[in-house]
Amino acid sequence: MQTIGDLSSLVPLQVNPVPWARAQMAFTLAFHIILVPLGVSWAAMTLIANYRAIRRHDVDSLRLAQRWSKYMAVTFAVGAVTGTVLSFEFGLLWPQFMGKWGEAFGIPFAFEGLFFFVEAVFISIYIFGWRRLKPWAHFWTGVPIPVAGILGSASVVAANAWMNSPQGVTLDSSGNVTEVDPVGVILNDAMPLMAAHMIIAAYLVGGFMIASVYAVGMLRGRMDRYHRLGFIISFTVAAVATPVQMGVGDGLARWVYTNQPTKFAAIEMVPQTSSDVPEVLFGRLSSSGQVEGGIAIPGLASWLSDPSTGRATVIQGLDSFPADGRPTISQVNIVHLCWDIMVGLGTLLFLFTLWYWASWIFRRNMPRSRWFLRAAAIAGPLSVVSMEAGWTLSEVGRQPWIVYNQMKVADAATTNTGVWLTFIAVTLLYAALGTTLILVLRAMSRRAQDRDRFEDSDTPYGPREPAEGPEVRTR
Amino acid sequence: MSTAAAVLLMLAVAFYAIFGGADFGAGFWDLTAGGPERGRRPREVIEHSIGPVWEANHVWLIFVFVVLWTCFPEAYASIMLTLFVPLTIAALGIVLRGASFAFRKAVTQVRDKRLFGGTFAISSVLVPYCFGAVAGGIASGRVPAGGRSGDPWTSWMNPTSVVVGVLAVCVVAYVAAVLLTWDAGRLHDEKLVAYFRSRAVGAAVVTGVLAVVGLFVLRGDARYVFDGLTSRALPLVVLSALAGAGAFLLLRGKPRRGARVAALVASGALVLAWGLAQWDYLLPETLTVSQAAAPTGTITAVLLVAALAVLFIAPAFALLYTLDQKSLLPDEGVHDGPQQPTDLG
Repeated sequence: MQTIGDLSSLVPLQVNPVPWARAQMAFTLAFHIILVPLGVSWAAMTLIANYRAIRRHDVDSLRLAQRWSKYMAVTFAVGAVTGTVLSFEFGLLWPQFMGKWGEAFGIPFAFEGLFFFVEAVFISIYIFGWRRLKPWAHFWTGVPIPVAGILGSASVVAANAWMNSPQGVTLDSSGNVTEVDPVGVILNDAMPLMAAHMIIAAYLVGGFMIASVYAVGMLRGRMDRYHRLGFIISFTVAAVATPVQMGVGDGLARWVYTNQPTKFAAIEMVPQTSSDVPEVLFGRLSSSGQVEGGIAIPGLASWLSDPSTGRATVIQGLDSFPADGRPTISQVNIVHLCWDIMVGLGTLLFLFTLWYWASWIFRRNMPRSRWFLRAAAIAGPLSVVSMEAGWTLSEVGRQPWIVYNQMKVADAATTNTGVWLTFIAVTLLYAALGTTLILVLRAMSRRAQDRDRFEDSDTPYGPREPAEGPEVRTR
Repeated sequence: MSTAAAVLLMLAVAFYAIFGGADFGAGFWDLTAGGPERGRRPREVIEHSIGPVWEANHVWLIFVFVVLWTCFPEAYASIMLTLFVPLTIAALGIVLRGASFAFRKAVTQVRDKRLFGGTFAISSVLVPYCFGAVAGGIASGRVPAGGRSGDPWTSWMNPTSVVVGVLAVCVVAYVAAVLLTWDAGRLHDEKLVAYFRSRAVGAAVVTGVLAVVGLFVLRGDARYVFDGLTSRALPLVVLSALAGAGAFLLLRGKPRRGARVAALVASGALVLAWGLAQWDYLLPETLTVSQAAAPTGTITAVLLVAALAVLFIAPAFALLYTLDQKSLLPDEGVHDGPQQPTDLG
C-alpha cells in the first residue's frame, strides 16, 4: 500500500479546485449548448422537408429530408455523449450541491432522461423507417422526435431555472431539505419564460446555422433547387423564431428585474439604486464602482424595466446587496458585456430577417443579392455567439450563488485538488471531438453528393449493414 | 418507499451491466481481433452485432445517476467525491467510445477506421474496469457517509476494487463472446462461430477462476458483502453461476437462442446479488438505504417517471425491433415521390 499512498504526491500542484471546477463546467456546457439547437430543431426542419416531399411529390425535398436525418443522427450522438459527461460532472465537480439539493434539483432530470430516451429511440425508428415504412406512416414516426426534444429541453431548463428560483422545498431550521413538492420544483416561477427562451433559441440558432451552410454552398455557385430549398426551409424557421424570441426575451428580462434584482443590477450595470437609469451600451464598471465609457441613452433602462412608470422606475443598484451576496465587479462587467452582445446581435439578426420577409412580401421570392447570402453565411456563427452570451450572462449573473440566496458556488464545489488536470484533459478531448465532428459531417456531405440513393448504413443509429461474406444470407 | 427506490436503482445498474456490458465486451473482442486484415471479419460481425440502438444503452447509466442523485443525494455526493479518479476516467472513456463508434461508421478510409476503431476498443475495456473498481470501493466500505471524501487513491486501488474491476471486464467479454457466437451462427458463418466459441470458452474459464479468487479476496477485504453473498444473496450467486455454465453448454453444437438469454441472466444476477448482499446498506456499514433516502415527494416523482418510461419506451422498442426484422420496401425510398431517382445526384 506504500506505493499507492505515494501516488498522491505525483499530482504536483494542490490547486484550489473552485475556479477550475467552474471553468470545466462552463467549458463543457458551452460546448454542449451548441449541439442542443441541432438536436432540438433539426428534426422539425427534417419533418418540414419530409412533409413537402410527400405533399408535393417533391424529390428535392425528399433528398433533403433523408440527408438531414443522417447528419442529425451524428450530431445527436455527439450531443448524447457530451450530455452524459455533464451528468458525471454534477457529482464530480459539485458534490456538496448535489448532496444537499439533489432531491429537488434532480427531479427535472428524471423527466429529461425519459424524453431523451424517447428521442433516441424515435431517431432510430425514423432512420430505419426510410426504407421500411409507407411515406405517411414514416412521417408520423418522426413527429415524437421534436416533441421529445422540446419537452426534454424544458426539463433541463427547469433544473437551471430552479437554481435561480429555488421553490418546492421545505427546509428545517438548519437548512436541510425535509420535504419536496416535485410539481413546485419543476414549475418554479423562473421556468416558463426561461424554457421558452431556450427552446426558441434552439430553433433560431439551429435555423441560422443550417441556413449558413446552404448560403455558403450558394455563394460557391450551387444555385440549384436543392440548395435553395435547404436554405429556405432552415432560414424561414429562424426568421419565424427571431421576432418571437425578442418578445420572450423582453418578458424574461422584466421577470429578472422583479425577481432577481442582483442579476438585473449586473445586466444594466447599476452601481447605486436610482430612478431614470440610462441604458449604457458597452462601457465598464471601474474598480471604484463607477460606470466608465460607453454610450448612455438617458432613462431607457428604467423605461424598459417597467414602461407603465416610465423613466421614474426605480432599479435596485448593486449597493443595496451585501458585497458577498452580489456579483463582483469583474463579473458585472462580463454580465453587462454579454447582455450587450446578446441584445445587439439579436437585434441585428432581427433586422436581417426583415430583409428576408420584405423580399417575400414584395417579390414573392427570397432576396437575390449576394450580400444577402454573405450576411446569411455569418448569421449562423453570430446566432451561436448570441446564444452563448445569453447563457453566460444568466450563469455569471447568478454569482456568487449556485442556488439563489441559498448556497454559494464556493461551498458547492468538490474538494479534489486535481480538478485542474481534468480541466486540461477535458478541454483537449473536446477540441478533438469538435474538430472531428465537423470533418466527419463534411466528409458525409461530400459523399452524399456522389450518391443517388438513400443508404442508411453509415449513421450511428442506422440499421445493421447486412455483413458481407460468402456464407451470408441477406435478410 | 426507500426500498422501492433502491430496487429501481439496482435494476437500472443491472440493465446497464447487461446491455451496456455486452457493448463493452464487444469492444474488448474488437481490441483483441488483431491487425486490419486478420481482424476484418470478426470486426464486421462485432459492428453488425452491437446493433442499431447502441446509444440507448447509455441511457441506463444516465438513469442510474439520476436515481442515485435524486433519491440518495448524500450517498451520491460521497461516491463522487471519493471515487473522483476512476469516475473521471470512465467519463472520458465514454466520450471517446461513443464518439469514435459514431465516427467510425461515418468514415470510409481504412486509416480513419483504424484510428476510431482503436480508440473505441481501448475505451471499451477501460470503462468497465473503472466501474468495477468503483463497485469494489463501495462494496468494501471505503466510501464514507455524509457527503465526505474517503481516500482518493486506496478507495479504488485496493484488492476488492482490482478483482471486481478485472472481473467486470471478464464478465462483459464472456457475455459478448456468447452473443457474438450466436450472431455468427445467424449469419451462417461456421468459421466465426468456432472463433467466438473458443473465445467464450476462454473467457468463461478465466471468469470462473477469478470469481473463486474474488470470493477469497472479499472474505478478507469486504466482509459484510461476503457474508451477504454467502447467505441471503446465495440463491442469486448460484443462479448466476448456473446460467453462466448453462450458456456455455448451450453454445456447443448449433448456437441456440437460449445461450444468449442465459449469458444475460448470468451477468444480471451477479449485479443483483451484489445489491442484495449489501442490503440494507447503501454504503456498507456506514449508511443504510432508509437513512440515505430523499423525502417521499421526490421518490414518488422518480417512481412515476420509471412507470412512464416503461409505458412509452416498451412499445417504441417493439416497433424498432419489428422494423429491424422487416424486409426493405421495393424502390428504396423512391416511393416517397413519383419520380424516378434518375435526376438525382
